[in-house]
Amino acid sequence: MSIWEYANPKKFIATTTPLVPWVMGLAIACLVVGLVWGFFFTPDDFRQGSTVKIIYLHVPSALMAINAWFMMLITSLIWLVRRHHVSALAARAAAPIGIVMTLIALITGAIWGQPMWGTWWAWDPRLTSFLILFLFYLGYIALWEAIEDPDTAADLTSVLCIVGSVFAVLSRYAVNFWNQGLHQGTSVPVATGERTVSDVFFVPLVICMVGFGVLFLGLVLIRTQTEIRARRMKALEARMRS
Amino acid sequence: MMPDLGNYAAEVLTAYALSVGLLVGLLVLSLRRSRKVSAQLAEVEARKDRADV
Amino acid sequence: MIALLRRDLALAVRAGGGFGLGLAFFLIVVVLVPFGVGPEAELLTRIAPGILWVAALLAALLSLDRIFALDFEDGSLPLLATSPLPLEGVALVKGIAHWVTTGLPLTLAAPVLGFLLNLAPSAYLWLLLSLALGTPALSMIGTFGAALTVGLRRGGLLMSLLVLPLYIPTLIFGAEAVRRGADGLDPSTSLLMLAGITLGSFALLPFAASLALRVNLR
Repeated sequence: MSIWEYANPKKFIATTTPLVPWVMGLAIACLVVGLVWGFFFTPDDFRQGSTVKIIYLHVPSALMAINAWFMMLITSLIWLVRRHHVSALAARAAAPIGIVMTLIALITGAIWGQPMWGTWWAWDPRLTSFLILFLFYLGYIALWEAIEDPDTAADLTSVLCIVGSVFAVLSRYAVNFWNQGLHQGTSVPVATGERTVSDVFFVPLVICMVGFGVLFLGLVLIRTQTEIRARRMKALEARMRS
Repeated sequence: MMPDLGNYAAEVLTAYALSVGLLVGLLVLSLRRSRKVSAQLAEVEARKDRADV
Repeated sequence: MIALLRRDLALAVRAGGGFGLGLAFFLIVVVLVPFGVGPEAELLTRIAPGILWVAALLAALLSLDRIFALDFEDGSLPLLATSPLPLEGVALVKGIAHWVTTGLPLTLAAPVLGFLLNLAPSAYLWLLLSLALGTPALSMIGTFGAALTVGLRRGGLLMSLLVLPLYIPTLIFGAEAVRRGADGLDPSTSLLMLAGITLGSFALLPFAASLALRVNLR
């Protein structure tokens, strides 16, 4: 029994179908608890007032925007090396979720920035890198849509994803070099174990991050199943026509 | 029930409304497409089975 | 490889499009900017490095889709793929040929256009140097983009969408080097990064481009 058994599309659908309601249930439960806790039961920050509540949307969506691209990179590599169709289709399924997460992070950031920094948008390194990430997602999705043949599309988007990742990291450093920012440093530094966010805000924030993560997982499962079915349908129709 | 959001009520509420709206929209679109494709696949499979017999 | 390079260069010269159109586009963009922002010399001096770099980048983008499209249409691309020269080499030569036909003329023309934008006198050397170091990277990244979209009808617009985000680091370091040069600061960090991007793209992107070409020729 190895993990690669799940690369069989039939097996993947059979295994994940009963899982989806549980995953989605857990995601919605976490999000409801986290967001309600954050929205109703946390105090206002003494400097930022009630805008601090935006953190429960902003940080988790930003986190997932990056992780979604990371997951696409890994599945693209798996597709190029082992040629499992499920892997390529999972990357395709994840891209629109990633772009929505990026959009949420940008929108909530703009709404938060307006009262705090007095501007909707600043060419700050973090903000700029997210805008660049958004452009990368757009290009990736556009390439998927443009190519008819599914295998060609999977190959080319995988190559684009890998090259894009290198340039995305490069852009991140270039942008840092280019401008000093308004944005505060990381809110949840894992390596140092220190926190810049106090405990009152931290617990609901973690619940929200788990919620966004599980929601992402559930959506990827649903959308991957859809892609697998759509592909099988295309193949069947092609066979019947011939 | 509503917490006092002070001066920034409009900002906080728009941020929540837009984000939740986007997430729900994504979820609804994913589910709807999933249903549609499943139904279409079932139909195509049925047609194939008839053709095979 | 040399023979292929000669052939591509000869084709570009004979068609005349490579040199002429890119340069004319570069000129027109630079001429349009003062109409957009107003003729104050000080303002133009300040934005000149960025404008020159963005204009050069767009001019290089313009001719990218011709890199593989012509060979793909007349069927010489599959022939090149089966030749003893590895496809990675083909991609590399195509990138170099594109640079010689667009990047090099753009670099040489940039100082002349600098006069139009009232570029600071101390910046000319750095403009020349940064474009000379940076435009090869633009050509090679563009070759990769062209390889990705070679099989598509109307791939040009899609290719711009794919290639422009990849140009961001090159643009940042290139314009930064000229800006620092204009302000009398030391631009060597930006120039080193620029050279790094160029060398890195020439080392790695031919492999990605040839992979994309193989997929498209399948």
